[in-house]
Amino acid sequence: MIKRIPRVALVLVTLILLTGSFLHAQQRFPKPEFETGYMQPSPTTPEPRAMALEYFDVLVLLAVLSLASWLAIRKRSRRGLLWLSVFSLIYFGFYRDGCICSIGAIQNVALSIFDSGYAISITALLFFVLPLLFALFFGRVFCASACPLGAIQDLLVIQPISIPSWIRKTLGFIPVIYLAVSVLFAATGSDFLICRYDPFVGIFRMDGPFLMIFLGITFLFLGMFYARPYCRIFCPYGVLLGWMSKFSKWHMSITPSECIRCKLCEDSCPFDAIEVPVEQSYRAPEVARKNLRRFILYIALIPLLTIVGGWIGAKSHVFMSRVHPDVYLAELMISNPELREDEENLDIQAFLESGDTFEQLVEQAAVIREKFRKGSMAMGGFVGLVLGITLMNQVVFRRREDYEPHKGDCFSCGRCMDYCPVEHHKSTVES
Amino acid sequence: MDKKDKSRDKGYNRRDFINNGVRLALGVSVVGTAAFTLKRSATGKDYVWQIDPLKCTQCGRCATDCVRAESAVKCVHAYDLCGYCDLCGGYFKPGAKLETGAENQLCPTAAIQRRFIEEPFFEYIIDEELCIGCAKCVKGCAAFGNSSLHLQIRHDLCLNCNQCSIASVCPSDAISRVPVSDPYIIRGSFTSEEEG
Repeated sequence: MIKRIPRVALVLVTLILLTGSFLHAQQRFPKPEFETGYMQPSPTTPEPRAMALEYFDVLVLLAVLSLASWLAIRKRSRRGLLWLSVFSLIYFGFYRDGCICSIGAIQNVALSIFDSGYAISITALLFFVLPLLFALFFGRVFCASACPLGAIQDLLVIQPISIPSWIRKTLGFIPVIYLAVSVLFAATGSDFLICRYDPFVGIFRMDGPFLMIFLGITFLFLGMFYARPYCRIFCPYGVLLGWMSKFSKWHMSITPSECIRCKLCEDSCPFDAIEVPVEQSYRAPEVARKNLRRFILYIALIPLLTIVGGWIGAKSHVFMSRVHPDVYLAELMISNPELREDEENLDIQAFLESGDTFEQLVEQAAVIREKFRKGSMAMGGFVGLVLGITLMNQVVFRRREDYEPHKGDCFSCGRCMDYCPVEHHKSTVES
Repeated sequence: MDKKDKSRDKGYNRRDFINNGVRLALGVSVVGTAAFTLKRSATGKDYVWQIDPLKCTQCGRCATDCVRAESAVKCVHAYDLCGYCDLCGGYFKPGAKLETGAENQLCPTAAIQRRFIEEPFFEYIIDEELCIGCAKCVKGCAAFGNSSLHLQIRHDLCLNCNQCSIASVCPSDAISRVPVSDPYIIRGSFTSEEEG
């Protein structure tokens, strides 16, 4: 009796080793009946964070956005915005570990639109929608005070250098491509690119893979000179916020009353987002005619660029679709059939164990690739369209006599407000 | 002068009108997207990541691919299933002596404690402080035993990332979102598991 069970086990072990079969989930040994009154422990199951707290996060976001709007537009307090951004950095960044954030929520929304099997959480949806709605009325107050990624970079703006406009505009187009690609990957259920390459989440968690931490530190270092590099060169959510903010109803202004065109604010903006008054020379007939000609040319270019973009997108779909693990696996097994024997290749071994046939996998991969074909075409077209409209905007000149923030690019951080002497004058009068 | 002011006013109003129109369109599209999204997936539920032990193939990536340095995946012991074997396929290296010396243990961090209960039964307890979620014991238990040892995502450690970085490299699609009301898939008694 004493040694029976181990012996049974030994026999089984040898049997299994001989046949080499790794059978799953078998109750090989019956549950023993204990005679000594042994109490069987039960596995512990620590609870996840309470959902009520997730809704509390939404409330905090709402409160921060409201307060930031008030600080930027009514109170006109750079200091207030700064401290609010420190709060957001601590709360959404270090306390909430940088997840969920509005930037990543783009992908949840994209996936839930294209995959009915995916249920988006209300929290993610509200994190996506609220900052956009606020931007539509008050400008990018989210960037100023609510975004932990923005806040950590903003605090480290030390010696910003002014970048020529053409470089800024070219770099500023990268987020559009990033947005298109990450929406494509999310919608096809391939990958959450934005989360994978979120540079600061590793710093917020003080833990993470090497690449993540390395990227974060690189961005912070770069940000000392090129202020807020992630926001300006990569942030895909910034693209959407910029569009909203461009048409915002009450955007913050540099001066509280009348601009006296003293040029003091010109250097205050580390993001080159202040627009100087437009010279009258553009109204000269020859300049106006030249601009009109370019304007018509660029408008004609928009459909062309859209089509070219769509064509390039469609051409790239085979390449893009390899991001999806099923497509990658199917291609790998077709091109390297000998890998089936490779014990080291976990993906192939797991697939062979799963019981699905190879034909099923190929069929599945074909369906995904078809999704990618349509998606890449749409995304390419979108990038072309945005490029066309951006070009067109280069030759639209509006009459502007005062120094104004560029409503699309301005993060509403409020630095320029401190520089405006009109405000200083007003505040001394008040006190 | 009067006329000029008027035309300027008119121009200003036109720009305002366009701005208002575009703002309305953008607002409608944002709210519309949100409404559409909600309608598509109107569950109102919240989800957390969890491993389905029946799909898991013990590839070992849980130990290495979590965004945390200490993986949120740990081995749990479903005692209901355990045979309390002396020769435990999850504890001992194949062919090893039945002694608790480290050289005989399968677990690279000696996270499994073996305790004598009564002849011939031994209890195996996971020390979660030491467990790295490498699934070596899970593989052993699945191959030679009852599969009572299996991996689970521990929600006190899991950050519930938007995209679980282990899930995206899991070769057997074993990690998926489960309702937060039921956050663990611990294997119960074998028969009920089969039916479920």
